[in-house]
Amino acid sequence: MIPELGHYALVLALVVALVQSVVPLWGAWRRDGAMMEVGRTAAYCQFAALALAFGALTYAHVVSDFSVLNVVENSHTDKPMLYKVAGVWGNHEGSLVLWVFILALFGALVAGFGRNLPATLRARVLAVQGMIGVGFLWFMVATSNPFTRVDPAPLNGHDLNPLLQDPGLAFHPPFLYLGYVGFSLCFSFAAGALIEGRVDAAWARWVRPWTLIAWSSLTLGIAMGSWWSYYTLGWGGWWFWDPVENASLMPWLAGTALLHSAIVVEKRDTLKSWTILLAIVTFTLSLMGTFLVRSGVLTSVHAFASDPARGVFILALLVVATGGGLLLYALRAPILKAGGLFAPISREGGLVLNNLLLSTACATVFLGTLYPLFLDAIGGGKISIGPPFFNATFVPLMVPVVAVMAMGPLLSWKRADLAGVLGRLKIAALVGVAAALAGVWLAGTKPVLALLALGLAGWAVMGAIVDVAERVRLFRIPLGDSLARARHLPRGAWGTALAHAGLGVAVAGMVGTSAWTTEAIQVLHIGQSVDVAGYSFRLDSVGEAPGPNYTARRAVLTVTRHGDFVATLAPEQRFYPVTRMTTTGAAIHTNFFSDLYAVVGEPAPDGTGYNTRFYRHPLVPWIWVGSILMMAGGLVSLSDRRLRVGVPLKRAVPRAAALPPAPAE
Amino acid sequence: MRRVLFTLVLAATLLSGPLARAVQPDEMLPDPAMEARARAISKDLRCLVCQNQSIDDSDAPLARDLRLLLRERLVKGDTDAQAVAFLTDRYGDYVLLRPPVKPATYLLWFGPFALLLAGGGLLLWRGRQGGKGRAEAVAPPLTAEEKAQVALLLRDEDEGKGRP
Repeated sequence: MIPELGHYALVLALVVALVQSVVPLWGAWRRDGAMMEVGRTAAYCQFAALALAFGALTYAHVVSDFSVLNVVENSHTDKPMLYKVAGVWGNHEGSLVLWVFILALFGALVAGFGRNLPATLRARVLAVQGMIGVGFLWFMVATSNPFTRVDPAPLNGHDLNPLLQDPGLAFHPPFLYLGYVGFSLCFSFAAGALIEGRVDAAWARWVRPWTLIAWSSLTLGIAMGSWWSYYTLGWGGWWFWDPVENASLMPWLAGTALLHSAIVVEKRDTLKSWTILLAIVTFTLSLMGTFLVRSGVLTSVHAFASDPARGVFILALLVVATGGGLLLYALRAPILKAGGLFAPISREGGLVLNNLLLSTACATVFLGTLYPLFLDAIGGGKISIGPPFFNATFVPLMVPVVAVMAMGPLLSWKRADLAGVLGRLKIAALVGVAAALAGVWLAGTKPVLALLALGLAGWAVMGAIVDVAERVRLFRIPLGDSLARARHLPRGAWGTALAHAGLGVAVAGMVGTSAWTTEAIQVLHIGQSVDVAGYSFRLDSVGEAPGPNYTARRAVLTVTRHGDFVATLAPEQRFYPVTRMTTTGAAIHTNFFSDLYAVVGEPAPDGTGYNTRFYRHPLVPWIWVGSILMMAGGLVSLSDRRLRVGVPLKRAVPRAAALPPAPAE
Repeated sequence: MRRVLFTLVLAATLLSGPLARAVQPDEMLPDPAMEARARAISKDLRCLVCQNQSIDDSDAPLARDLRLLLRERLVKGDTDAQAVAFLTDRYGDYVLLRPPVKPATYLLWFGPFALLLAGGGLLLWRGRQGGKGRAEAVAPPLTAEEKAQVALLLRDEDEGKGRP
């Protein structure tokens, strides 16, 4: 009964979304307040219906209702409760339910919090949001029903892929989707503004909170994914330039560019057309991220053929969304007027450079991800594109991004004094040099590029600190006054500094682990030990350890340094009997500056020892510390007062003020 | 069955490299210098049956075979380039994670930098154009509806000043 209710709610949401995508748009055209108001009601209804559908599917998973195919294929009675819930979105159909649920959540938020948006813009935004909903709900109802029943119901399920049974990966998809779907609002706002024919500072302010939410979530989602691969794949790799990862990196890069260009629209009323285009592109890339991954077209053309109906539908949706957005842009963007002028050396100039570099970087990832497909399609032969390509193209593009990032916030609007800014950044340059020298002291003079990159990271982090120090006039005025200024500093400024420093910290982590990882791969017998970068790993014992739905072989290692105890590590190999799969549970000891990483694998061919691999990954935790700082920067910026203009006003807005007068005809 | 297949493909797609256990102790060469060369080369070679994994970090049997083959070539006295050529002769460019620079990949290799130059050039050109004679754009006048909202926002701002 409950799954049928869920299915019914899904169809209901489709119908409501149809209403939402037509009526408010028409109402906005006719300046009909009542019809525009339908958009809000529909957004609430759609949210309620999809909450019901999502709840129904979750319920089926929680109680292990094996008469539902989706539960049979992805669950098992022995699975811990956390993964029963995470299993809801750990599959194609369920993840789509989550996707549309978040889409409806954002729609409802605009309906609720967007009370001071011009009524016509709000109606149009909600209508576009409704159209996206129609596309996805139609896709689900037609090809991917999560509530399909099986009769007779089997006694138990096939279990969730063991790799997905992990706390890091359980919450990775929801954050990724919050990001992807959050950018749908930027798209809807862009489309709405194009229909309105008006983009101004107010528009940029209205879009900014949604961009910030989406960007912060996506940052966290990507970081969680890379953290997961770091500790699961068994050797500490955290980024592989895999098509699936690239699919999430592209919207992140475009979204980062959007976040910055929208500032120029808001403050200086220029770059409007470009910002609108970025908003459209960012969401298109998010759609691609969602779809290309699951259609399998990126990695294997055959997966597409495994269900042609889905593949074709996916392609059609992508074409309609992208084509529609770009067509609207082509038709309407020329009416957007360019605003204030600025000199090349200015805050605007810096932000334009940021956009140029980030867009090029995004295009590079796009090329590297889709080129093999393209070349194969035109009969140019099969090639592979892996990390060496991206290291040679993407990384050089990001170096100037990080270098300029420290200067950007110090530049003044319109026309800036570069020499003055560089003078104020002297201390950042000193810190950069110190960071590089620290690298030389700890790791020697090789590789030189890594040392330079470390210096760059130091420059970026100190640059962000200098930015705040300059704003509060630290050490120029009495400390108390500085503190007072710090209290009144806009949250946006704090957010910028946090996020910029976070990127610097993350870069240091990436450099550290890429350049200076030490490894030891060998067969070890019980009682033997091996040295890795000054640490001695001794294999004490290997034994069985039971888990809730797996059996593990757990090794116990003692790590010492110059005879002093450092840590006990207990890596596991887990065997899941239902799916007959083995996963690796690496043991990691961190001291914040480096990780000791241990994996004990299969018994060696000689029968008495074990295949072991130990690593020391310098600075690697900083990648995730930096990512969390970036996300925190986004959230702090979100709390800026100037954005809270967008939240509901304390007092009800007089209706007459919120609704435009109907045009006399 | 199709559905099961799809699920498997999805799972495989979601997870770039399940169970990468990579190079095993028994494969390694006794000479550390030669082993280091083998590791460096195998990081840039694709495991042909995996999804974008190098043979260095894949645990597919084929990857192991390729690792052993590569080491065999090195032991026989091949230079790095000869060993790689040995593999590309048999498996084509598909085995290289760094695609060769050739006419078919010019767009790939030079595209990003061409784009950067084109974008930068366009910006400079438009900057020049904009500098000539274009006056500051005049903002369109506010509509009555917007004026009402401005008044409302300003009032809110004034009230907000008392708060911390």
